[in-house]
Amino acid sequence: MSVPLLEAQDLALRVGSRTLVQALNFRINAGEVWCLLGPNGSGKSTFLHTAVGLRQAQGGELRLAGRALIDWPADAAARQRAFLPQAFHDAFSASVLESVMLGRHPYLSRWQWEGAEEREFARYALRSVDLAGFEQRDVLTLSGGERQRVALAALFTQDAPLLLLDEPVSHLDLHHQVMVLEHLVMLARDHAKGVIFTVHDLDLAARFASHALLLTKQATVVHGPIGEVMTEAALQAAFGHRVTRVEAAGRTLYVPD
Amino acid sequence: MRRALLIWLVLAIAAVAAFALALASGSAHLSLAELMQALVSTDDSVAGEIVTRLRLPRALAAFAVGGLLALAGALMQVLLRNPLADPYVLGLSGGAAVGALAAMLAGLGALAVNLGASAGALAAILLVFAFARRDFARQQMFGALDASPRLLLTGVIMAAGWGALITLTLTLAPEARLRGMLFWLMGDLNGVESWAPALLALAGALALTYPLARELNVLLRGEVLAQALGVRVALLRRTIFLVASVATALAVTTAGAIGFVGLVVPHALRLVLGNDQRMLLPASALAGGTLLLLADTAARSLLAPQQLPVGVITALVGVPAFLFLLTRKPEKV
Repeated sequence: MSVPLLEAQDLALRVGSRTLVQALNFRINAGEVWCLLGPNGSGKSTFLHTAVGLRQAQGGELRLAGRALIDWPADAAARQRAFLPQAFHDAFSASVLESVMLGRHPYLSRWQWEGAEEREFARYALRSVDLAGFEQRDVLTLSGGERQRVALAALFTQDAPLLLLDEPVSHLDLHHQVMVLEHLVMLARDHAKGVIFTVHDLDLAARFASHALLLTKQATVVHGPIGEVMTEAALQAAFGHRVTRVEAAGRTLYVPD
Repeated sequence: MRRALLIWLVLAIAAVAAFALALASGSAHLSLAELMQALVSTDDSVAGEIVTRLRLPRALAAFAVGGLLALAGALMQVLLRNPLADPYVLGLSGGAAVGALAAMLAGLGALAVNLGASAGALAAILLVFAFARRDFARQQMFGALDASPRLLLTGVIMAAGWGALITLTLTLAPEARLRGMLFWLMGDLNGVESWAPALLALAGALALTYPLARELNVLLRGEVLAQALGVRVALLRRTIFLVASVATALAVTTAGAIGFVGLVVPHALRLVLGNDQRMLLPASALAGGTLLLLADTAARSLLAPQQLPVGVITALVGVPAFLFLLTRKPEKV
């Protein structure tokens, strides 16, 4: 078996005195799409931030492509994993094209300027999020959903083997939610990427993810293939709310009480 | 890249023209031919004396100070991710002013005033760094999504404290010294002789920050994103804070707290030319230098022999120009 893209060994995460995750062991392999589920404040973003190297784990270790996270130089790590933060705040004007091309930053040498190749990467990524023709728009004039798709396009131009996304579809309309998640599935299937994303829509999670990592307020974690994790009992325990699983229109749907 | 070179070329030509104007104008007007003659000849003609002894040092100092302020402003705006930031926003000019005014209050000479300004600026830098050190450290930085507001607040509070000390000094000062103090506070290039430190600092600050310019572009999109894209955010922020601070300190020590250039030049260039720091940092230095050189030429010739503080000119010309830029119709999208 090949080296996993991301591996947690005995991982412990704490914020203040709160334990979010205790003794977590799991791995993300190429071709897998993981959804990261859990109630508010259960540590989904904290886990992603730790995996990106924005904060330290309180115990255990995370390994990126077989190598301990702390041993990765910042620029090499940026070519190995890409991260979509939950919120954006643009203080200054910039064109959509410029914003998206920033995803190529880890590949350019210090003195290099973006050229035809980077523009091609950016245009391709913009098409994949349905923003072709938006190249010259100012990011400050975009709607919330459009801005999020620009950020997704930038993430795609980073072209890293492991993609970590914090609520990638939270501001998107129905059509673009499906479009973006389909694109992530395609990247995993056809380009051997590993994907992990947080999401609150259980139906979307069940439809597009191959695996699930379910966090609870009690710092217990359930993980594995999607069908085994997303059971009524496990979801109810995690969210503290009754959920009924139904099969309809060839899909698995979760109906909250 | 080609566009940036073109912009720099245009600005450089404007800078040369501004130098020619500054050297030629004054109580003794010189034609272009006389000016060239004065610059290249080594004899002791009166024109040569005026140009090389009096006008050239002052012009070089004006250009260097303007360049330093505009560059420091551009860097502070990136550091704080705030378009309203200027070189003085973290209280640096306040510290320098307190040092300089204290020296004036004690009746000390120009050298002591400069030393006082340097010491005050240094104290202001160290205080901000000490109080906001958690913002510059990596571990704490990601507790909040964006650390800049705390750094900005620290600086603003420090500036308020310095402001109180300045007012106190002005209150205690005897009438005879008030005028000099006010000129210092407005910024004034009259009698400036030492241009070399400021010019060297300008070259050094550009050489240090230009290689970081693309990382600054990334940093502008947020610290978390920058870190994810492989930028060593904590190191980068410390570096630009120190470079911007030293640049500002040298500018203020040379010519007092000249306002406006540091806020408006980088901002206006962003509005007109775009926000790529690789183009913007050198462009800011050139445009800031040119603007202050022109303003200083106006300050010493408009009401000659009366000299105006150059800070008044920069603000009076800059405010309407900037308002025009802000309110013009947005480009078609």
